[in-house]
Amino acid sequence: MATTNGAVENGQPDRKPPALPRPIRNLEVKFTKALSFQKLDGHIPRARDALSSGFHTGVWGECALTCPAGARLLCFDPIRCRLACFLGNVIKMVSTSSFPERASFPIFINNEWHESKSGKKFATYNPSTLEKICEVEEGDKPDVDKAVEAAQAAFQRGSPWRRLDALSRGRLLHQLADLVERDRAVLATLETMDSGKPFLHAFFIDLEGCIKTLRYFAGWADKIQGRTIPTDDNVVCFTRHEPVGVCGAITPWNFPLLMLVWKLAPALCCGNTVVVKPAEQTPLTALYLGSLIKEVGFPPGVVNIVPGFGPTAGAAISSHPQISKIAFTGSTEVGKLVKEASSQSNLKRVTLELGGKNPCIVCADADLDLAVECAHQGVFFNQGQCCTAASRVFVEEQVYADFVRRSVEYAKKRPVGDPFDVRTEQGPQIDQKQFNKILDLIDSGKEEGAKLECGGSAMEDRGLFIKPTVFSEVTDTMRIAREEIFGPVQPILKFKSIEEVIKRANSLEYGLTAAVFTKNLDKALKLASALEAGTVWINCYNALYAQAPFGGFKMSGNGRELGEYALTEYTEVKTVTIKLDDKNP
Amino acid sequence: MSSSQPDIPAPLTNLKFQYTKIFINNEWHDSVSGKKFPVFNPATEEKLCEVEEGDKEDVNKAVAAARQAFQLGSPWRTMDASERGRLLYKLADLVERDRLILATMESMNGGKLFSNAYLMDLGGCLKTLRYCAGWADKIQGRTIPSDGNFFTYTRHEPVGVCGQILPWNFPLLMFLWKIAPALSCGNTVVVKPAEQTPLSALHVATLIKEAGFPPGVVNIVPGYGPTAGAAISSHMDIDKVAFTGSTEVGKLIKEAAGKSNLKRVTLELGGKSPFIVFADADLETALEVTHQALFYHQGQCCVAASRLFVEESIYDEFVRRSVERAKKYVLGNPLTPGVSQGPQIDKEQYEKILDLIESGKKEGAKLECGGGPWGNKGYFIQPTVFSNVSDEMRIAKEEIFGPVQQIMKFKSLDDVIKRANNTTYGLSAGIFTKDLDKAITVSAALQSGTVWVNCYSVVSPQCPFGGFKMSGNGREMGEYGFHEYTEVKTVTVKISQKNS
Repeated sequence: MATTNGAVENGQPDRKPPALPRPIRNLEVKFTKALSFQKLDGHIPRARDALSSGFHTGVWGECALTCPAGARLLCFDPIRCRLACFLGNVIKMVSTSSFPERASFPIFINNEWHESKSGKKFATYNPSTLEKICEVEEGDKPDVDKAVEAAQAAFQRGSPWRRLDALSRGRLLHQLADLVERDRAVLATLETMDSGKPFLHAFFIDLEGCIKTLRYFAGWADKIQGRTIPTDDNVVCFTRHEPVGVCGAITPWNFPLLMLVWKLAPALCCGNTVVVKPAEQTPLTALYLGSLIKEVGFPPGVVNIVPGFGPTAGAAISSHPQISKIAFTGSTEVGKLVKEASSQSNLKRVTLELGGKNPCIVCADADLDLAVECAHQGVFFNQGQCCTAASRVFVEEQVYADFVRRSVEYAKKRPVGDPFDVRTEQGPQIDQKQFNKILDLIDSGKEEGAKLECGGSAMEDRGLFIKPTVFSEVTDTMRIAREEIFGPVQPILKFKSIEEVIKRANSLEYGLTAAVFTKNLDKALKLASALEAGTVWINCYNALYAQAPFGGFKMSGNGRELGEYALTEYTEVKTVTIKLDDKNP
Repeated sequence: MSSSQPDIPAPLTNLKFQYTKIFINNEWHDSVSGKKFPVFNPATEEKLCEVEEGDKEDVNKAVAAARQAFQLGSPWRTMDASERGRLLYKLADLVERDRLILATMESMNGGKLFSNAYLMDLGGCLKTLRYCAGWADKIQGRTIPSDGNFFTYTRHEPVGVCGQILPWNFPLLMFLWKIAPALSCGNTVVVKPAEQTPLSALHVATLIKEAGFPPGVVNIVPGYGPTAGAAISSHMDIDKVAFTGSTEVGKLIKEAAGKSNLKRVTLELGGKSPFIVFADADLETALEVTHQALFYHQGQCCVAASRLFVEESIYDEFVRRSVERAKKYVLGNPLTPGVSQGPQIDKEQYEKILDLIESGKKEGAKLECGGGPWGNKGYFIQPTVFSNVSDEMRIAKEEIFGPVQQIMKFKSLDDVIKRANNTTYGLSAGIFTKDLDKAITVSAALQSGTVWVNCYSVVSPQCPFGGFKMSGNGREMGEYGFHEYTEVKTVTVKISQKNS
């Protein structure tokens, strides 16, 4: 080629990650409603001044918003309020209703905000400081009923949602992805406040996953194809892949927004309507997403979000006779209750993503640097609060001692602390209950004779933080080798032969994920087929993609999320057979 | 419910044609020969601008750039599939931003009614891009339960450098029908737009660069068929060629592919599409739909329903009312509001159509209306309807590509199926009936890549489109269209022991 390209920067794809974001400091989380806004052409120079002058002079009427100097205020609905606060637009806010100031977040039904029928609220806490963030309306059966009614109405034949072109459904999901991207820093901040996960993880991993999942399923909407089938006899036979109907979704607290999006995106892509119960520990990002769903223009009733507790709101969803399908991510114990409730009520379709006690097998021929780091991140990521956590590391005996030594070095270096600090890799556990359970399991490990290599206790005088803990000389019968810990605890076991490790790895009731570290092609493929797990990672860990299905063998779950496979969970297949007149040629 | 149609704005009055060169490696190039060719407005016969005339040398340059961009390890080859989709989505957003410019351009250069250009062509472009964007990370290989102790999987890989030769009737839409699936699968392309209508593709070239496609992924060489087009179809380093145009030229392309390097070929060619109206049809709807099926875009559609078979019992009334409908046209500049028929694309087409009309008169068809040219400037032809047309007349056999409707009579189902299939073409067909059984039986019997029942010209990006027989090879759009832009690689690995 004779030419040189003078515009490489323009012609090259943008592969740079987004600039290192900053969390929003002093994010004050309040809900306000029924505000309207007028643009003031330059009369008030900054939104912040508008906010504080409003506060002082009482312009707000009964919507008294507090806004300490320099703080950012997060308001939900209407949307422009949020823009005013975050984009610094010159906007005057005028109260138009007598809606009282309230610090509780409401229930999202029919694209509107509602108080709970019972009038009850519950508090959500910041697990790093143990401070209350705000109160949330507590949904229960009557609220779930209201939400289901809305979702059913939105799913009626002839409704705007049912008549929408599939391509347009995809477009709405794409636009939702754009808004999540726009508000990425807000959502990541909120996620960190509510769940204690490091802000950079929330921003780069959780939010990235949300955006990509939304875009991936946006693309599927108009590609869900039925078939025509060469049946016997003089008939025409074809299938229609129809949405299931009203889908319930019960989401966990470890990846609050991401797990919601994993459920929402395929459900909406296939044309269903949804009633969601976010985990009571972490309801805020889901409710924020509600405001984005409204902004994007999904018809009312397509997505409904009812914060509340499992035994009340959750149970109401899983036993609801008008919900056609339920998707749950959480513990195996609760998963069994959900499936039981579904059977006792209306045999609703059930998909479950449950616990795991995932084997990570390191063969002697592996790249040990890679294996040590992957196994470390595999178990400690998100404070160990991952269903995929590599909580049984099987290491071949020749490299066992070396592996343990290097894993301990890694664990000792892991920075634990304020999740808003960019250096932090590990924040607090989610709540006191989980914290106590983890410490109890750590104690059991000590008692049952495992060798504590490092950690083994809570951080001194610091709430819900636990030291990264490594146990060696762990045997299969110990509780730490059998029970899901969901904490920063790495049990390392020894193995001698491949046949032996396959048996041991498969010996539990769980079957979510497994990992293998080896350079040997045959060994890799052999283990990949022998391991009883929904996902096998070879020379990598937590390699999750919107394109690839995810789910559990055995008691780790039913069904699959993500990938094309997820679509089958959110569609009913209808076989249409038409008898032809034999008289025609 | 379709997504709501936008309001139609007024066309731009001061459109400048600033992109008139050869686009290679995300840069503009003069032709190697130094030659240019004129581009006209067919409504006024005025020259719009001159465009650099690409020939073999320019095609070689473009292919070298496309090959470079396709090298293993290149930014394009190492890009995530989802990112390819993202780029196509961005391109859609940019086309939407420039919708008014592009619709005005398409109308001025293609003689296309502005409202059609804005709503139908540009609307189709946006949907095509967004649809194909979604496929990028959904082109899945398989793992295969082969016999023995083996592990087998397939990879669906891009074919390589794809040559694409475009027609003038839907210049931008056909451009995107070609590049969007090709790029979604990870190929690189060398495109030759039709010499009559190169401008909209060249404008989109700037958007391709703006969206961030790496240099060399899309290259556009305007020029003529016998020179630039032939250079593409016979090029030794092009892996696949896709062509939309006449059957005559399609044969040359496949021949050139055979003589050169056996490149893969997909062809979307001519048609002489039958439209069968049964007596039980909803007559009002059938009249309007069969009318649009032929007269849309001055009859310049490969799917034009240019053989209308009407059942005997309703024939006379159908003819009478079809003539009434055809007489309602307002001819004129397609940019002017209220005009419902624009000019034919150029003098050659114009003369060919008039010649076919004459043959119809001579061979004994009954001229019901129209039958000649209109106005004294621009290539306008009166909307023309022939009745009493029989199967051996030229107007019942040859593709006219003009506003000329042939209405034939039929008596029985068997008879009409035979007659409808009695052609070398097989692109599309229409049926009008309320009878379920008839609809299904006839749609199965017709030799045609597309059958429309109680509708016509319903083309959407989700559905495959292409021809039986000499109307084409392969399919465009839909999941099927993506097969044409991938090579399947079977990887088989010996393993020690297989388990189910």
